Amino acid sequence: MAATALGVIFCNIHEENVPELVRRRTIASIPFGGRYRVIDFQLSNMVNSGITTVGLMTNNNYRSLIDHIGSGKDWDLARKDGGIILLPPFSDKHDKLYTTRLEALNSLSGFLGRRSEKYVVLCDGDVLAKFNISEILAAHEKKKADITLVTHCGEIERASEIMLINADENDRVTEVKYTPHVKKGEVGNYYAGVMVLNRQFLLNIVEDSAVHGFTSFETDILIKQLSSLKIYRYDFKGYFASMTSMAAYYKHNMRLLEKSVRDELFGGRDMYTKVRDSAPSKYGAEATVKNSLISDGCEIEGVVENSILFRGVKVAKGAVVRNSIIMQDNVIGAGASLSCVITDKNVVITDRRQLSGCEEIPFFIQKGTML
Amino acid sequence: MQRRKECVAMLLAGGQGSRLFALTTDVAKPAVAFGAKYRIIDFPLSNCINSGIDTVGVLTQYQPLILNEYIGNGQPWDLDRAFGGVHILSPYQAKTRSSWYEGTANAIYQNMHFMKMYNPEYILVLSGDHIYKMDYAAMLKAHKETGADCTIAAIDVPLSEASRFGILNTNPDGSIYQFEEKPKVPKSTLASMGIYIFTAEKLFKYLEEDDANPNSSKDFGKDVLPAMLSAGEKMFSYLFEGYWKDVGTIASLWQANMDLLGEEPEFDVSDKSWKIHSRNPLAPPECIGETGIVQNSMIALGCEIEGEVKNSVLGSNVVVEKGAVVKDAVVLANSVIKAGATVSYTIIDENVTVGENAIIGVEKDSNAEIVVLGRGICVEKGVKVSSGQKHEKDILE
Repeated sequence: MAATALGVIFCNIHEENVPELVRRRTIASIPFGGRYRVIDFQLSNMVNSGITTVGLMTNNNYRSLIDHIGSGKDWDLARKDGGIILLPPFSDKHDKLYTTRLEALNSLSGFLGRRSEKYVVLCDGDVLAKFNISEILAAHEKKKADITLVTHCGEIERASEIMLINADENDRVTEVKYTPHVKKGEVGNYYAGVMVLNRQFLLNIVEDSAVHGFTSFETDILIKQLSSLKIYRYDFKGYFASMTSMAAYYKHNMRLLEKSVRDELFGGRDMYTKVRDSAPSKYGAEATVKNSLISDGCEIEGVVENSILFRGVKVAKGAVVRNSIIMQDNVIGAGASLSCVITDKNVVITDRRQLSGCEEIPFFIQKGTML
Repeated sequence: MQRRKECVAMLLAGGQGSRLFALTTDVAKPAVAFGAKYRIIDFPLSNCINSGIDTVGVLTQYQPLILNEYIGNGQPWDLDRAFGGVHILSPYQAKTRSSWYEGTANAIYQNMHFMKMYNPEYILVLSGDHIYKMDYAAMLKAHKETGADCTIAAIDVPLSEASRFGILNTNPDGSIYQFEEKPKVPKSTLASMGIYIFTAEKLFKYLEEDDANPNSSKDFGKDVLPAMLSAGEKMFSYLFEGYWKDVGTIASLWQANMDLLGEEPEFDVSDKSWKIHSRNPLAPPECIGETGIVQNSMIALGCEIEGEVKNSVLGSNVVVEKGAVVKDAVVLANSVIKAGATVSYTIIDENVTVGENAIIGVEKDSNAEIVVLGRGICVEKGVKVSSGQKHEKDILE
């Protein structure tokens, strides 16, 4: 059976929320949860729902993404028909680089026009959740919707772009508010970074928008055409996270230490990621590891508590790592002490160095730093 | 120009490994799990690709399902190639004959057409039951330099153990003048590792002769190599220095796993210059819980550990519940050690459940023997399994 939907992931979206983490990468390729990149969550959702064609919309800084994705074989997406298709932008003197979602979609019309799937699933590349896309597609079909927006009800994390959505008892969307002011701790229904449209309908609105000079998908389509279009919501009740700030990045990593959250994100499905063929982790005779996630290739001789260790991290004797996120191939020297620290890839912490941040403002160390 | 491969590897993977008891009831020996995430066959396959040999025939016969599925198209070892790559070679039916592989030489003989397809100059014969890292390219170089027709890799073993091996008696230049299979009084300590490089033409000639000989047992060590030697072919030994372990017995398999542990392990699988490739489980990072203790151990992805793990090697997705103690043990993928259970000096196969407060094995000492729990069995709560027992079926209260 041919797939009924194709996927598109916006890989450079909302990057202004976490500038430190995207200096040399896309938001979709931010390392998360020990051995993943953020995009693995959306890609796995798609693959597990039978989607076999996924376009990756990239705008800039996508070298790390290309490196991560490779041929797509690790997601079973190295296919003759479809598979993973990287969609870098067109731009020249006359054709400026797109800046909005609608302009981005406009640049996609060639790709969308050539495919034959009935539906398109548009996903934001900064989202972490276990969506059942088959179910979302079924709801879209049942309502005969033009657009189905996936929403999540929860505390709204302040970020650059938020879309609040209200709907009636039949889930027909009645109100869309784009980038409203939100108070700390405010709870509401917000857009969860996944929407479904009929492919032909999407091509039509993109063409129509170009003719009318529309530039914003959110304001010119969703808000202004709310009454004329059949826009429905699909309320997602599972665990939802997105890269809204450095503090959120820290928090959502740390929440993986809760079994219920791990079960939500990893349980009952295959989570795909790039294979690195690291050796299994080794724990030394004096190692003390508590309440931590440890990835493959680690060698631990010291103390690790309430922390996330990515692949290939070395923690020397007498080193103490607490409440920290240590990315790939870090070396933590003997007697060093880290608390509430996020270290990017390939960081070396020298012996006896002491570093600490706090949960609201974790101390961040750039990729490749030696301290 | 006809495309060809300089060297084709033939990996003998049909063995049952009967001395591994329950561990090989459902799987061929090369597919037995080792070192938390590997299978034995990962080592020769990784050695091949790391040595630049990208054409490998894997000869299977005994319980091939798991092995075949594991190898698949060879992609994890970079052996999915347009020309060459890894190929599973199982016994087949032919117009004039059809038979099982009758011996190591016969298995290779029956796949002569596979080797000839690549028009190779050299054939590397490997076995799928050893743990080691070896550069076959260096051995091939030596084979060319000596101008040998056959080069046999050998390892220096202690004199006291030499009578367990096939021993090569050599001249000072490394040429072999005599083989002795498990000699009572060994003249040399050079033991054959079961790794041979042949000049292809010679191998083909002797395999044909061997096949025509009704008195032959169709074995390399017993028939083909002695025939070559007595015909005066040039045969050399190639000394291998490094870690090499035949994991054909429960004790040696357990020991090889333990050799991975420690600050300066006997055998290092994390060496980035000689990566051991494998098919990787889809599992999240392992989680060591609030009450977990993990020391001097190797742990694969997906484990959830709330109990105590010491001097042990755990495969992927193993669960060790609160209050459980795992010591000096090898636990393979997806097994569960329930709360309060104790596992010592034991090898537990995949998908085993050890019930609450069960006591498996005894503290490791000179009198203790390794316990083996076979694939998929369930040990009910409170059960005591004493030293050296080997179980293939569920153990009830």
